[in-house]
Amino acid sequence: MNLQEYNVTRSSQAARISAIIGVLILLILIAAPWWAGRSEMRLMGEIFLYLALASLWNLMAGYAGLVSVGQQAFVGFGGYMLFALTIFAGLPPVVAIGAAGVLGVIVAVPMAVLIFRLRGAYFAIGTWVFAEVFRLSFAQVSSLGGGSGSSLPVGIVRSIASSRQGREWLSYWLALGIVVLVIAAVYLFLRSRNGLALTAIRDNELAAGSLGIDIWRTKFVVYVVTAGLTAMVGALIFLQKLRISPDAAFSVNDWTAFVIFIVVIGGIGTIEGPIIGTLIFFALRETLADLGTIYLIVLGVVAIVVMLKAPKGVWGLIRARFDLQLFPLGYRVQHSKDKKGP
Amino acid sequence: MDWVNAVVQGTLLGGLYALFAAGLSLIFGVMRLVNIAHGDLIIFAAYLGLTVTMTMGVHPLLALFVVVPVMGFFGYVLQRGILNQTLGDDLLPPLLVTFGLSVILQNGLLEIYTADPQKMNAGALETASIPIGSLSLGVLPVLTFAIAVAVIWGLQWTFYRTALGRAFRAVSDNQDIAQLMGLNRRHIYGLAMALALAVTAIAGILLGIRTSFDPSVGGGRLIFGFEAVIIGGLGNLWGTLTGGIILGVAQTVGAKIDPGWQVLSGHIVFLVILAVRPNGLFPRVSG
Repeated sequence: MNLQEYNVTRSSQAARISAIIGVLILLILIAAPWWAGRSEMRLMGEIFLYLALASLWNLMAGYAGLVSVGQQAFVGFGGYMLFALTIFAGLPPVVAIGAAGVLGVIVAVPMAVLIFRLRGAYFAIGTWVFAEVFRLSFAQVSSLGGGSGSSLPVGIVRSIASSRQGREWLSYWLALGIVVLVIAAVYLFLRSRNGLALTAIRDNELAAGSLGIDIWRTKFVVYVVTAGLTAMVGALIFLQKLRISPDAAFSVNDWTAFVIFIVVIGGIGTIEGPIIGTLIFFALRETLADLGTIYLIVLGVVAIVVMLKAPKGVWGLIRARFDLQLFPLGYRVQHSKDKKGP
Repeated sequence: MDWVNAVVQGTLLGGLYALFAAGLSLIFGVMRLVNIAHGDLIIFAAYLGLTVTMTMGVHPLLALFVVVPVMGFFGYVLQRGILNQTLGDDLLPPLLVTFGLSVILQNGLLEIYTADPQKMNAGALETASIPIGSLSLGVLPVLTFAIAVAVIWGLQWTFYRTALGRAFRAVSDNQDIAQLMGLNRRHIYGLAMALALAVTAIAGILLGIRTSFDPSVGGGRLIFGFEAVIIGGLGNLWGTLTGGIILGVAQTVGAKIDPGWQVLSGHIVFLVILAVRPNGLFPRVSG
């Protein structure tokens, strides 16, 4: 056996094909205003925002081992920052979305320092405490409507775009833009040096630490970057809703429970998982939503069954069967001249 | 004098929080499992109590004799049927499964009992009070506090003085060796969950007599219990009681300053203690 006959590659035929298909789908989605109706565009916008939240949660829980049940803290924070910056500081809404992301990073730093003292499941509940602190604090801010919330003033809504159609198109493209940004960021992050460190930590924290990886720092970066991006998604969510209240902004069910179910059902710890999970989640919702609470019970049962019977989710099942990886993250060893035997 | 009153009432409220926390602390101590559905189980117990008092026409405190065994049995079945499958080195499965359970319980209760706030009627017990000096102590809060102390004393005694407690401590220290010594850890875990949910049943009934409740309030109770556990220090039951008292006092004193600050000031005190003493005030094991 000659080592020179082998080479290590990241890419694969499937990954190249899926990249081409991905670009095509993206182009079709960008052109949606010309082929989709108003309600479909609204639904797709919502799908994109949930996909962005799910990809971010997956980066934290699936790769960094930071299981948070308090991401609604940043969703609501981003939403409130959008309202505060446009109403009080007079920023244009699109600029305010970016600023909400920056502010999200800034508040996440002291939170991370404090909350990283809790480990594992206690970390999870600790994040929830923070989300509650945010909810109760914003309920005290009377200039933003206190506990009953407030609506985005008409003048600011008009400043996004003059016509209703223009606003709908812009908010659709912004949602599409953020989901592409988030998935690209997660993908590039995981392929970077930091991503390699993260994968090592996921596989074995003790071994990673002994190889000189700064575990605290790597997790800290993930937490803070995720917080900033989640705040931007939150700002976009409430730009679509045009109304905010503490209970809606910091809802654990809407912004964390659903997101967790999406990731678990799709397949945790893969980039593809949240995409599949989001599609399944919305397919279930569009068919079962009339059942109300029964739908949520079904969702909970499905999540438990998936966790117990197929912990790697739907994508894990597909990958085990077909050895697929659409986003080339891992390395694979290939025999360069397959015809020449050793 | 108002401030003294706030502190005393807060201390008594802390008894209820310690009851929320005791089950959480017990489960974590024995099997390193953090039960996200704990708050919803408390509310579930309260609704069970409500059903028992309505159908049998008995006093809520008598309903304990039905609800405690039912919840204990439910805990054993839950642990052996579902939760035992999630235990292992990986943290995620138990967390996500109990999270799913929380959503199922919440929406199941919503489906059966609707979203209307409910309350158990305990008659004269709700308003009875004992005057002490210029203070007036409600009989129900004093009773709650006394029950909390008794429950924690009972759990402590079970842990360190009985064969069952020895088994709990053994599986907690080292699952595999405990198994080699002839303990069936699946059964022991089932018993631990049964005991924890029995305590939860007591907490749920006392909560249901004290305030109104609806299916959505479980998450808040989980957080109070969790804060009491962390403030007191992991694995220390008397610490948990102290943590509950600190949380209760923080809330009543906060409410005295501004009613909108009641819950918020509890959270803030928790975060301050986390910043100053990350392992809680009286740690026994490292988390």
